[in-house]
Amino acid sequence: MELAKIEQLVEKYFDGETTLAEENELRTYFSSPRVAPHLEHYQSLFQFFVKEKEAQFSPSILQKTKNKKPMIGLGLAASMVLFAGLLTFLHFNGKAQNESVSTADLGQFESPEEAFEETQKALALLSSNVNVGMKSVNYINEYQNSKKLIFKK
Amino acid sequence: MNQNEFILMINPFKDKLFRLAKRLLVSHEEAQDATQEVLVKLWDKKNGLEKYSSIEAFAMTMTKNYCLDQLKSKRANHLKIVHSNYVAKEATLDQATEDNDSWNWVEKMINELPDQQKLIIQMRDIEQYEFEEIAKILDMNETAVRVNLSRARKMIREKMNKTHAYGIS
Repeated sequence: MELAKIEQLVEKYFDGETTLAEENELRTYFSSPRVAPHLEHYQSLFQFFVKEKEAQFSPSILQKTKNKKPMIGLGLAASMVLFAGLLTFLHFNGKAQNESVSTADLGQFESPEEAFEETQKALALLSSNVNVGMKSVNYINEYQNSKKLIFKK
Repeated sequence: MNQNEFILMINPFKDKLFRLAKRLLVSHEEAQDATQEVLVKLWDKKNGLEKYSSIEAFAMTMTKNYCLDQLKSKRANHLKIVHSNYVAKEATLDQATEDNDSWNWVEKMINELPDQQKLIIQMRDIEQYEFEEIAKILDMNETAVRVNLSRARKMIREKMNKTHAYGIS
Protein backbone atom coordinates (compact mmCIF):
# COMPACT_ATOMS: atom_id res chain seq x y z
CA MET A 1 0.00 0.00 0.00
CA GLU A 2 1.36 3.42 -0.84
CA LEU A 3 2.72 5.48 1.99
CA ALA A 4 0.68 8.59 1.22
CA LYS A 5 -2.52 6.70 1.73
CA ILE A 6 -1.35 5.31 5.05
CA GLU A 7 -0.32 8.76 6.23
CA GLN A 8 -3.71 10.05 5.25
CA LEU A 9 -5.39 7.21 7.12
CA VAL A 10 -3.30 7.85 10.22
CA GLU A 11 -4.41 11.48 10.20
CA LYS A 12 -8.01 10.43 9.78
CA TYR A 13 -7.54 7.91 12.53
CA PHE A 14 -6.49 10.53 15.04
CA ASP A 15 -9.43 12.67 14.08
CA GLY A 16 -11.72 9.76 14.86
CA GLU A 17 -13.03 9.61 11.32
CA THR A 18 -11.81 6.25 10.10
CA THR A 19 -14.21 3.42 9.50
CA LEU A 20 -13.64 -0.02 10.95
CA ALA A 21 -12.41 -1.22 7.55
CA GLU A 22 -9.86 1.57 7.36
CA GLU A 23 -8.73 0.87 10.89
CA ASN A 24 -8.22 -2.73 9.91
CA GLU A 25 -6.08 -1.58 7.01
CA LEU A 26 -3.95 0.34 9.45
CA ARG A 27 -3.67 -2.69 11.68
CA THR A 28 -2.49 -4.90 8.89
CA TYR A 29 -0.06 -2.26 7.72
CA PHE A 30 1.43 -1.81 11.17
CA SER A 31 1.70 -5.51 11.85
CA SER A 32 3.69 -5.98 8.66
CA PRO A 33 7.49 -5.82 8.99
CA ARG A 34 7.97 -2.95 6.54
CA VAL A 35 6.70 0.15 8.27
CA ALA A 36 7.98 3.54 7.20
CA PRO A 37 10.54 4.82 9.77
CA HIS A 38 8.64 8.00 10.61
CA LEU A 39 5.53 5.98 11.40
CA GLU A 40 7.33 3.33 13.37
CA HIS A 41 6.34 4.65 16.76
CA TYR A 42 2.68 4.04 16.00
CA GLN A 43 3.46 0.41 15.45
CA SER A 44 3.34 -0.48 19.14
CA LEU A 45 -0.04 1.21 19.47
CA PHE A 46 -1.70 -0.88 16.80
CA GLN A 47 0.08 -4.03 17.85
CA PHE A 48 -1.10 -3.41 21.37
CA PHE A 49 -4.70 -3.22 20.19
CA VAL A 50 -4.37 -6.52 18.41
CA LYS A 51 -2.71 -8.14 21.39
CA GLU A 52 -5.24 -6.82 23.89
CA LYS A 53 -8.07 -8.48 22.04
CA GLU A 54 -6.63 -11.85 22.92
CA ALA A 55 -7.16 -11.62 26.69
CA GLN A 56 -9.74 -14.14 27.78
CA PHE A 57 -12.04 -14.54 30.68
CA SER A 58 -10.33 -17.60 32.07
CA PRO A 59 -12.18 -18.90 35.12
CA SER A 60 -15.04 -20.39 33.22
CA ILE A 61 -18.47 -19.96 34.66
CA LEU A 62 -18.81 -23.68 34.06
CA GLN A 63 -16.37 -24.47 36.82
CA LYS A 64 -18.48 -22.71 39.36
CA THR A 65 -21.66 -24.49 38.46
CA LYS A 66 -19.81 -27.78 38.43
CA ASN A 67 -18.49 -27.14 41.91
CA LYS A 68 -21.95 -26.36 43.16
CA LYS A 69 -23.54 -29.64 42.19
CA PRO A 70 -21.51 -32.03 44.37
CA MET A 71 -22.03 -29.66 47.28
CA ILE A 72 -25.77 -29.94 46.86
CA GLY A 73 -25.42 -33.72 46.64
CA LEU A 74 -23.36 -33.77 49.80
CA GLY A 75 -25.91 -31.65 51.59
CA LEU A 76 -28.69 -33.91 50.42
CA ALA A 77 -26.85 -37.01 51.56
CA ALA A 78 -26.07 -35.47 54.92
CA SER A 79 -29.64 -34.41 55.49
CA MET A 80 -30.89 -37.87 54.45
CA VAL A 81 -28.56 -39.56 56.94
CA LEU A 82 -29.68 -37.13 59.61
CA PHE A 83 -33.32 -37.73 58.78
CA ALA A 84 -32.93 -41.50 58.81
CA GLY A 85 -31.11 -41.31 62.14
CA LEU A 86 -33.84 -39.14 63.59
CA LEU A 87 -36.52 -41.52 62.35
CA THR A 88 -34.92 -44.61 63.83
CA PHE A 89 -34.24 -42.76 67.08
CA LEU A 90 -37.84 -41.64 67.38
CA HIS A 91 -39.08 -45.05 66.35
CA PHE A 92 -37.12 -46.94 68.98
CA ASN A 93 -37.73 -44.34 71.65
CA GLY A 94 -41.43 -44.40 70.96
CA LYS A 95 -41.44 -48.15 71.15
CA ALA A 96 -39.59 -48.13 74.45
CA GLN A 97 -42.08 -45.66 75.90
CA ASN A 98 -45.04 -47.62 74.66
CA GLU A 99 -43.70 -50.70 76.31
CA SER A 100 -42.93 -49.10 79.67
CA VAL A 101 -46.28 -47.29 80.00
CA SER A 102 -48.85 -50.01 79.72
CA THR A 103 -52.58 -49.35 79.78
CA ALA A 104 -52.90 -50.51 83.41
CA ASP A 105 -50.63 -47.74 84.71
CA LEU A 106 -52.77 -45.04 83.18
CA GLY A 107 -55.69 -46.06 85.46
CA GLN A 108 -58.37 -46.73 82.93
CA PHE A 109 -61.99 -46.75 83.97
CA GLU A 110 -64.05 -49.79 83.39
CA SER A 111 -67.45 -48.21 82.81
CA PRO A 112 -68.25 -45.08 80.80
CA GLU A 113 -70.30 -43.59 83.73
CA GLU A 114 -67.30 -43.72 85.98
CA ALA A 115 -65.16 -42.13 83.37
CA PHE A 116 -67.73 -39.35 82.80
CA GLU A 117 -67.86 -38.55 86.54
CA GLU A 118 -64.11 -38.41 86.82
CA THR A 119 -63.89 -36.12 83.80
CA GLN A 120 -66.53 -33.80 85.25
CA LYS A 121 -64.62 -33.66 88.52
CA ALA A 122 -61.43 -32.78 86.75
CA LEU A 123 -63.13 -30.08 84.67
CA ALA A 124 -64.84 -28.61 87.76
CA LEU A 125 -61.50 -28.39 89.52
CA LEU A 126 -60.06 -26.61 86.54
CA SER A 127 -62.92 -24.12 86.21
CA SER A 128 -62.93 -23.28 89.94
CA ASN A 129 -59.29 -22.45 89.69
CA VAL A 130 -59.92 -20.29 86.68
CA ASN A 131 -62.54 -18.39 88.76
CA VAL A 132 -59.98 -17.83 91.53
CA GLY A 133 -57.79 -16.26 88.96
CA MET A 134 -60.63 -14.07 87.70
CA LYS A 135 -61.33 -12.76 91.24
CA SER A 136 -57.84 -11.45 91.58
CA VAL A 137 -58.16 -9.66 88.30
CA ASN A 138 -61.42 -7.97 89.33
CA TYR A 139 -59.71 -5.09 91.09
CA ILE A 140 -58.66 -3.79 87.72
CA ASN A 141 -62.23 -2.56 87.43
CA GLU A 142 -61.38 -0.03 90.13
CA TYR A 143 -59.30 1.81 87.61
CA GLN A 144 -62.27 1.99 85.34
CA ASN A 145 -64.38 3.44 88.20
CA SER A 146 -61.90 6.11 89.14
CA LYS A 147 -61.41 6.98 85.51
CA LYS A 148 -65.14 7.51 85.21
CA LEU A 149 -65.01 9.81 88.23
CA ILE A 150 -62.38 11.97 86.67
CA PHE A 151 -63.49 12.01 83.07
CA LYS A 152 -67.19 12.57 83.32
CA LYS A 153 -68.75 11.97 80.01
CA MET B 1 -33.35 -20.89 29.28
CA ASN B 2 -31.15 -23.60 30.72
CA GLN B 3 -27.50 -23.44 31.66
CA ASN B 4 -26.19 -24.64 28.34
CA GLU B 5 -28.22 -22.18 26.34
CA PHE B 6 -27.09 -19.41 28.63
CA ILE B 7 -23.44 -20.34 28.20
CA LEU B 8 -23.85 -20.49 24.45
CA MET B 9 -25.45 -17.06 24.57
CA ILE B 10 -22.71 -15.40 26.61
CA ASN B 11 -19.77 -17.15 24.99
CA PRO B 12 -19.39 -14.72 22.09
CA PHE B 13 -19.04 -11.69 24.34
CA LYS B 14 -17.89 -12.83 27.78
CA ASP B 15 -14.26 -12.10 26.91
CA LYS B 16 -15.24 -8.64 25.78
CA LEU B 17 -16.89 -7.99 29.11
CA PHE B 18 -13.76 -9.16 30.86
CA ARG B 19 -11.49 -6.97 28.76
CA LEU B 20 -13.71 -3.97 29.33
CA ALA B 21 -13.68 -4.60 33.08
CA LYS B 22 -9.92 -5.02 32.99
CA ARG B 23 -9.46 -1.76 31.14
CA LEU B 24 -11.31 0.07 33.88
CA LEU B 25 -10.29 -1.88 36.97
CA VAL B 26 -6.74 -2.68 35.78
CA SER B 27 -6.44 -5.65 38.12
CA HIS B 28 -6.87 -9.05 36.54
CA GLU B 29 -8.61 -10.50 39.60
CA GLU B 30 -10.96 -7.60 40.04
CA ALA B 31 -11.89 -7.77 36.40
CA GLN B 32 -12.66 -11.46 36.78
CA ASP B 33 -14.83 -10.79 39.80
CA ALA B 34 -16.65 -8.03 37.97
CA THR B 35 -17.26 -10.22 34.95
CA GLN B 36 -18.49 -13.04 37.14
CA GLU B 37 -20.80 -10.62 38.90
CA VAL B 38 -22.23 -9.30 35.65
CA LEU B 39 -22.76 -12.81 34.32
CA VAL B 40 -24.57 -13.79 37.51
CA LYS B 41 -26.80 -10.74 37.13
CA LEU B 42 -27.48 -11.71 33.53
CA TRP B 43 -28.36 -15.23 34.63
CA ASP B 44 -30.81 -13.87 37.18
CA LYS B 45 -32.44 -11.82 34.47
CA LYS B 46 -32.38 -14.57 31.90
CA ASN B 47 -36.12 -14.64 31.45
CA GLY B 48 -36.45 -10.94 30.77
CA LEU B 49 -33.63 -10.70 28.23
CA GLU B 50 -35.80 -11.04 25.14
CA LYS B 51 -36.90 -7.45 25.36
CA TYR B 52 -33.36 -6.16 24.77
CA SER B 53 -32.46 -5.76 21.13
CA SER B 54 -28.82 -6.66 21.77
CA ILE B 55 -27.92 -8.68 24.83
CA GLU B 56 -24.26 -7.99 24.18
CA ALA B 57 -24.76 -4.24 24.31
CA PHE B 58 -26.87 -4.64 27.42
CA ALA B 59 -24.18 -6.75 29.09
CA MET B 60 -21.49 -4.25 28.10
CA THR B 61 -23.52 -1.43 29.66
CA MET B 62 -23.95 -3.51 32.81
CA THR B 63 -20.23 -4.17 32.98
CA LYS B 64 -19.43 -0.52 32.46
CA ASN B 65 -21.82 0.57 35.19
CA TYR B 66 -20.66 -2.12 37.58
CA CYS B 67 -17.00 -1.20 37.12
CA LEU B 68 -17.64 2.52 37.47
CA ASP B 69 -19.55 1.82 40.67
CA GLN B 70 -16.67 -0.27 41.94
CA LEU B 71 -14.23 2.51 41.17
CA LYS B 72 -16.46 5.06 42.80
CA SER B 73 -16.79 3.10 46.02
CA LYS B 74 -13.05 2.45 46.04
CA ARG B 75 -12.22 6.10 45.55
CA ALA B 76 -14.72 7.09 48.21
CA ASN B 77 -13.02 4.76 50.64
CA HIS B 78 -9.65 6.31 49.90
CA LEU B 79 -8.48 2.93 48.83
CA LYS B 80 -6.27 2.34 45.88
CA ILE B 81 -7.06 -0.50 43.60
CA VAL B 82 -4.68 -3.32 44.24
CA HIS B 83 -3.44 -4.34 40.87
CA SER B 84 -0.87 -6.92 41.63
CA ASN B 85 -0.54 -8.11 38.07
CA TYR B 86 0.45 -4.61 37.08
CA VAL B 87 3.27 -4.62 39.59
CA ALA B 88 4.35 -8.02 38.41
CA LYS B 89 4.62 -6.65 34.90
CA GLU B 90 6.78 -3.84 36.12
CA ALA B 91 9.07 -6.28 37.82
CA THR B 92 9.65 -8.21 34.66
CA LEU B 93 10.10 -5.05 32.65
CA ASP B 94 13.81 -5.61 32.58
CA GLN B 95 13.69 -8.91 30.82
CA ALA B 96 10.75 -7.94 28.68
CA THR B 97 11.32 -7.79 24.99
CA GLU B 98 11.42 -4.48 23.21
CA ASP B 99 7.91 -5.08 21.93
CA ASN B 100 6.53 -5.88 25.32
CA ASP B 101 8.12 -2.78 26.68
CA SER B 102 6.42 -0.46 24.27
CA TRP B 103 3.12 -2.27 24.76
CA ASN B 104 3.42 -1.53 28.44
CA TRP B 105 3.89 2.09 27.56
CA VAL B 106 0.77 2.09 25.46
CA GLU B 107 -1.14 0.40 28.26
CA LYS B 108 0.10 2.95 30.76
CA MET B 109 -0.95 5.79 28.52
CA ILE B 110 -4.39 4.34 28.09
CA ASN B 111 -4.68 3.83 31.83
CA GLU B 112 -4.00 7.50 32.37
CA LEU B 113 -6.99 8.54 30.27
CA PRO B 114 -10.32 9.47 31.86
CA ASP B 115 -12.69 6.53 32.35
CA GLN B 116 -15.00 7.60 29.55
CA GLN B 117 -12.15 7.73 27.03
CA LYS B 118 -10.74 4.45 28.26
CA LEU B 119 -14.10 2.87 27.57
CA ILE B 120 -14.30 4.31 24.10
CA ILE B 121 -10.75 3.32 23.16
CA GLN B 122 -11.40 -0.16 24.50
CA MET B 123 -14.57 -0.60 22.52
CA ARG B 124 -13.44 1.02 19.30
CA ASP B 125 -9.76 0.21 18.94
CA ILE B 126 -9.69 -3.11 20.69
CA GLU B 127 -13.13 -4.62 20.31
CA GLN B 128 -13.84 -2.80 17.05
CA TYR B 129 -17.41 -1.81 17.71
CA GLU B 130 -19.27 0.49 15.36
CA PHE B 131 -19.86 4.02 16.62
CA GLU B 132 -23.54 3.30 16.72
CA GLU B 133 -23.03 0.41 19.14
CA ILE B 134 -20.67 2.39 21.36
CA ALA B 135 -23.14 5.24 21.50
CA LYS B 136 -25.83 2.81 22.56
CA ILE B 137 -23.72 1.14 25.23
CA LEU B 138 -22.54 4.40 26.73
CA ASP B 139 -25.84 6.16 26.22
CA MET B 140 -24.20 9.01 24.31
CA ASN B 141 -24.69 10.34 20.82
CA GLU B 142 -22.38 9.29 18.03
CA THR B 143 -20.77 12.68 17.58
CA ALA B 144 -19.80 12.80 21.23
CA VAL B 145 -18.27 9.33 20.90
CA ARG B 146 -16.23 10.44 17.89
CA VAL B 147 -15.06 13.60 19.59
CA ASN B 148 -14.03 11.69 22.70
CA LEU B 149 -12.32 9.02 20.67
CA SER B 150 -10.34 11.56 18.70
CA ARG B 151 -9.38 13.31 21.91
CA ALA B 152 -8.23 10.06 23.48
CA ARG B 153 -6.22 9.00 20.42
CA LYS B 154 -4.56 12.38 20.19
CA MET B 155 -3.73 12.27 23.86
CA ILE B 156 -2.06 8.91 23.38
CA ARG B 157 -0.17 10.22 20.36
CA GLU B 158 1.00 13.24 22.30
CA LYS B 159 2.30 11.12 25.15
CA MET B 160 3.91 8.72 22.73
CA ASN B 161 5.70 11.49 20.96
CA LYS B 162 6.94 12.75 24.28
CA THR B 163 8.38 9.41 25.29
CA HIS B 164 9.93 9.12 21.86
CA ALA B 165 11.51 12.51 22.20
CA TYR B 166 13.04 11.44 25.50
CA GLY B 167 14.17 8.25 23.93
CA ILE B 168 12.65 6.10 26.62
CA SER B 169 10.82 3.55 24.57
